[in-house]
Amino acid sequence: MLRDITIGQYFPGKSVIHRMDPRMKLILSIAYIVMLFCVGNEAGFLIPVIFLIAAIWISKIPFIMVLKGVKPILPLIIFTAVLNIFFVTGEPLVKLGFITITVDGIIVALKMVIRIIFLIMGTSLLTYTTSPIALTDAIEQLLRPLNKIHFPVHEMAMMMTIALRFIPTLIEETDKIMSAQKARGADMESGGLMQRAKALVPILIPLFISAFRRAEELALAMECRCYRGGEGRTRMRQLHYSSLDWYGAAVMAVCFAGVILLNIFVPAFV
Amino acid sequence: MTGKEERLRTNVAIIKTEHLSHLYSAGTPFEKAAIEDVSVEIEPGEFIGVIGHTGSGKSTLIQHFNGLLQPTSGKIYVDGKDIWDEKNKKNIRDVRFQVGLVFQYPEYQLFEETVYKDIAFGPGNMGLSKEEIHTRVMEAMDFVGLKGKYAEKSPFDLSGGQKRRVAIAGVIAMRPKVLILDEPTAGLDPKGRDKILGQIREYHQQTGSTVLLVSHSMEDIAKYAEKVLVMNHAKVFDYDTVERVFSKNEELTRMGLSVPQVSKVFHQLRAAGYPVSENVYTVDQAEADILRLLKAKGGAGRA
Amino acid sequence: MKDLILAEHLHFEYVREEEENILVLNDIDVSIHQGEFVAILGHNGSGKSTLAKHFNAVLLPTSGRVLVDGVDTADQEHLFDIRQKVGMVFQNPDNQIVATIVEEDVAFALENLGVEPEEIRRRVDEALKTVDMYEFKEHAPHQLSGGQKQRIAIAGVIAMRPECVVLDEPTAMLDPKGRREVLRTVMELNRDYGTTVALITHYMDEAVHADRVIVVDHGDVVITGTPREIFSQVEKMKELGLDVPQVTELCYRLKQEGAPVPDDVITEDECTAALEQLLA
Repeated sequence: MLRDITIGQYFPGKSVIHRMDPRMKLILSIAYIVMLFCVGNEAGFLIPVIFLIAAIWISKIPFIMVLKGVKPILPLIIFTAVLNIFFVTGEPLVKLGFITITVDGIIVALKMVIRIIFLIMGTSLLTYTTSPIALTDAIEQLLRPLNKIHFPVHEMAMMMTIALRFIPTLIEETDKIMSAQKARGADMESGGLMQRAKALVPILIPLFISAFRRAEELALAMECRCYRGGEGRTRMRQLHYSSLDWYGAAVMAVCFAGVILLNIFVPAFV
Repeated sequence: MTGKEERLRTNVAIIKTEHLSHLYSAGTPFEKAAIEDVSVEIEPGEFIGVIGHTGSGKSTLIQHFNGLLQPTSGKIYVDGKDIWDEKNKKNIRDVRFQVGLVFQYPEYQLFEETVYKDIAFGPGNMGLSKEEIHTRVMEAMDFVGLKGKYAEKSPFDLSGGQKRRVAIAGVIAMRPKVLILDEPTAGLDPKGRDKILGQIREYHQQTGSTVLLVSHSMEDIAKYAEKVLVMNHAKVFDYDTVERVFSKNEELTRMGLSVPQVSKVFHQLRAAGYPVSENVYTVDQAEADILRLLKAKGGAGRA
Repeated sequence: MKDLILAEHLHFEYVREEEENILVLNDIDVSIHQGEFVAILGHNGSGKSTLAKHFNAVLLPTSGRVLVDGVDTADQEHLFDIRQKVGMVFQNPDNQIVATIVEEDVAFALENLGVEPEEIRRRVDEALKTVDMYEFKEHAPHQLSGGQKQRIAIAGVIAMRPECVVLDEPTAMLDPKGRREVLRTVMELNRDYGTTVALITHYMDEAVHADRVIVVDHGDVVITGTPREIFSQVEKMKELGLDVPQVTELCYRLKQEGAPVPDDVITEDECTAALEQLLA
């Protein structure tokens, strides 16, 4: 059952979006999120919405997959929406006892919902079209200036890489340990909260011990392969911006300008 | 031997499967049969070797024997009871006490502070009394050759081979009717391997319980098992006595199993027209057979 | 032939706090010649892994010294030269693969050494072809079998173009198929590329292929010699807790029984020939 979990889902492909430089994708994703929150009037939402739908269409990732990314945070979305509907003051629309629903409330709630949903969809598209290792590389390179203030950029990226590498291994291991303890009659499915927590001990201890053992052996193997931190290190895979990336940046700039212009010249509803 | 055969005949199968199949990712494009239409009967008191290349389905099969995995279709009976029957399903945990399963590299599942406590984990889960647990832990430690002084040691201070024996004792202590071991000698040196296999044989002989030994080593299986179950591509390729199964030398080699050196040599000798016997897998057998031929020839013998 | 690795009076103890130190290696003199294939045997705890870890300065002698191509391993200045010259492959294939993509992992050592990107690309492809894993270069390691993972680990080491590869029980956790794959790769490396190989193993059928066997027991080298010389000492090997190949044991026993067979049989073909002669 644990084996079904996939983390940092990536759908390999050859689309324009897949082929873009991960650094540019990361920058554009951040710009996209900023744009979502800059939108000041209702018509302005059309721009990021169309932008994302177009991007999804170009990436050839099934639309339904992108929507699925939203599912886990649905409760949060509903919660914020309800809060906004009930607590934003303004011209009352319906009055039910002590509850008043206002037009303003509905509009604010709708904006909030659109923002969150499209934010999640946007970031999902990023992880769906960029392999975790490319993303790690991008983060490492973009954060490189932070080295100047002694922020351990390389070490952080190395940690991310190793974590990504060992997630499947440790998931498999957890599965195996669970089976082994079940074979000795461990009961993990019944009992109260305390009992269940206690039942985790025979799983967590071997798992930790094994993780430490792996870490130790891996450190030794890395040492044997001349690892000595980020200094003087080269990379086989070089990241290159191509015309594709500049094209993407230009589209984003135009969209952003559109949002700002709409903000200035078209009065908002609320 | 005759007494044993009698016993085998009168008893019902301790484990019996009927058309057992297990599909992974059923209903998706990745659907794959881990085991397919497996029907076997294991009699009480047998020592069975299970072989098959990696991915042949042998690990999946043994996890059905103790109810860790539920078949996609087919039935499995332990001691005559259909374990996934509506009324037995709730007590699936009891099946695990009856059929003890020792996983590969079992030393990685140790977790208690002392050897004693770790071995007592299984019996403790059975809800036994303190005295009963004590008896069983001591008995199990005896079987794996760990003397009393180890009881209060931390299992993490032991050597690799000792850790593994503690883990095996943890399953033996449940006094299962069937003991299944998945490659219990993986990664051990020759001495450690012989020690563990010797102890398993002792356990089998003393308790009369059924033992299933999963191994890649046909040599070990030839030395210890009475019957062999060969898995290949999710199906049972063969299930018969050691002699009969290992006579299919060529087919087994083609499956990627490693045939013992002496078997290969004897195969070559037969091919060259020498009247050596067909079923030779251990050095003992080979030696006896050559000496027999030499005697027949009337020459050499004990000079 | 030139000594690539030379240990002189190598002495090593594990230092423990509040307890007596454990003596692991006791006054070892051993050498590994350029271009040879050496198998190192010994039961668990004999000290053979500890010995191997001295070959690339993972461990440093308590006393005595180890020279790699004439350079003392205690010389910190040349640490990375030594590690580049003597590569090491470990038992558990899962715990020595760093990256999430096969080719990235093979590139790891070269990236650490600061090799130029184009050169890395070239050497990675070459190393992957050498171990016959080129078509898997974009796979994730966890999708591979044990034998395949171990070959990736070997590729990651040979990409450094080492003079010697030390393998610490690389086949212990593999199935027969994986073992065959790894052994074949190791033998090709030695035969076709002239790489010096030190293979630590429990499997006598692997040691048979070596040019020379070194047997370690209680922290000391007890016998060295060709596989034929070593395995013909059946009694001695059993005493040391080691096996001999089945065919060697069979001929040894037959000889004990008075049959006229040679006592230095180590391969199946030799055994068949000997028995044919005996039975003819």
